[in-house]
Amino acid sequence: MQNPTSDQPIIRFDRVDKRFGDLLVLDKLNFQVDPGERVTLIGPSGSGKTTILRLLMTLEKVTPAQDPAAEGGVIYVEGRPYSHMEKGGRLVVANERYLRQARQKVGMVFQQFNLFPNMNVLRNVTEAQVHTLKRGKDEAESKAKELLDLVGLSDRIDHYPSQLSGGQQQRVAIARALAMDPDILLLDEVTSALDPELVNDVLGVLRDIADTTSITMLIVTHEMGFARDVSNRVMMFDNGQIVEQGPPEAMFSEPQEARTQDFLRAVLAE
Amino acid sequence: MDFQAVIDSLPRYAEPLLVTITVTVASAALALLVAFALGLMTSSKHLAVRTPARVFVEFIRGSSVVVQLFWFAFAMPVILGIQFDYLILAGIIALGLNYGAYSSEVVRGAIAAVPKGQLEASLAVNFTPFQRLRLVVLPQAWPEMIPSLSSFAIMLLKASALVSLIGVFDITGIARIIGGANGGANQLPHLALILVVYFVLAWLIWTGMRALERKAKRGVGINTRLPKTRAVAPPEEGANAAGGVL
Repeated sequence: MQNPTSDQPIIRFDRVDKRFGDLLVLDKLNFQVDPGERVTLIGPSGSGKTTILRLLMTLEKVTPAQDPAAEGGVIYVEGRPYSHMEKGGRLVVANERYLRQARQKVGMVFQQFNLFPNMNVLRNVTEAQVHTLKRGKDEAESKAKELLDLVGLSDRIDHYPSQLSGGQQQRVAIARALAMDPDILLLDEVTSALDPELVNDVLGVLRDIADTTSITMLIVTHEMGFARDVSNRVMMFDNGQIVEQGPPEAMFSEPQEARTQDFLRAVLAE
Repeated sequence: MDFQAVIDSLPRYAEPLLVTITVTVASAALALLVAFALGLMTSSKHLAVRTPARVFVEFIRGSSVVVQLFWFAFAMPVILGIQFDYLILAGIIALGLNYGAYSSEVVRGAIAAVPKGQLEASLAVNFTPFQRLRLVVLPQAWPEMIPSLSSFAIMLLKASALVSLIGVFDITGIARIIGGANGGANQLPHLALILVVYFVLAWLIWTGMRALERKAKRGVGINTRLPKTRAVAPPEEGANAAGGVL
């Protein structure tokens, strides 16, 4: 599934800056993720964790450095520039055409599901396969049905999103993202908009996917139990920088930094 | 007032009625095309696309439709040497452009109202901008446009009477002529008659557009036959017995 030279990181942030006006959201951020790794990003709101996912989905663009070769500010995916492209031996900000190729490797599940309300469940999962991956209709449908079975919604393929509960919609959204065969799956607070009794269905589906595939996952969540079960690594962010990172057992039981301790105390007290 | 004369003159309305309907339907079709073209252009993120459309919309909206009608009918043939074989075409073009310019704001507004999350999801599944428009944005914006477009369609029907000013014999034109005969003795019944005709045509448009709206809403999974949520508890069984309105 991944690039054969798989000892290189699948994602690498090289001194990435992201500003919104005067606000510096990511500050010379460096980190990398190995293929198949599951990384949970935690931290207070505004710490930049969702921005990282949005940059990887190309919903936002990095704030470029003057001279990327010297100053960085570049995201790499599978060893190749992602936020930038090579042009005449230099790195320049990627254009839309380049991004269209590049973002095929990445899929995202949103907090608010964002299913297409004008399409039934089946079309939500098949349409992009047909139009952007150029799969045949039959192939797309059998893939969709397989995935809808995986998320436990085989009996709802004719329903419209408005006829489904939030948990069901989110499971369809997971199937929609997986149908594109991404190498990297971004999960942005996927249970935050759900009623409490629906959270476990969605997390259960994600646990299955984590157990049965080798897809790389970046997870922003407040569900610490889920983060502990699924992830190989937890990264604590504050003010656009990594405060601390490590395996979930260590991070949750004996965090070293005061900011991590405060944050976890606040989250776990909920 | 001579009722027999009024009744005898009814067959003379057949052709003008067809003219009114033709002008309304043809200029509505043109207006719809113009509305989508201008609405999409004014929604563009490119200034070079947005600006000319904006200027055109504001110019058309800011000038008199009657003057535009005269312009297409009488001035353009002189200035540009373009002569319409039928004046009715001038009427259709003037009304179509005018109502198209107004309706383009409806199109633009409905496109702008599609939630941002829909655009982000479209990007996440890697739709091209055109696919995003065709598969996601327009199907969701369309049901939102229909009520306003219905209003414009009815205004257009009523505005079609203006073509009588450039010598096209629609029902208003013929009512003025027949009613004006004999020193205007039958003016009142003829004008009353066409008021009713306009009302019936407007009602037909409403009915058609309501059906279209229901169909469009079903297409985005909204069931219009049932209330979305029950805002108040259903009344007790006994409530109606004590003098319910039904």
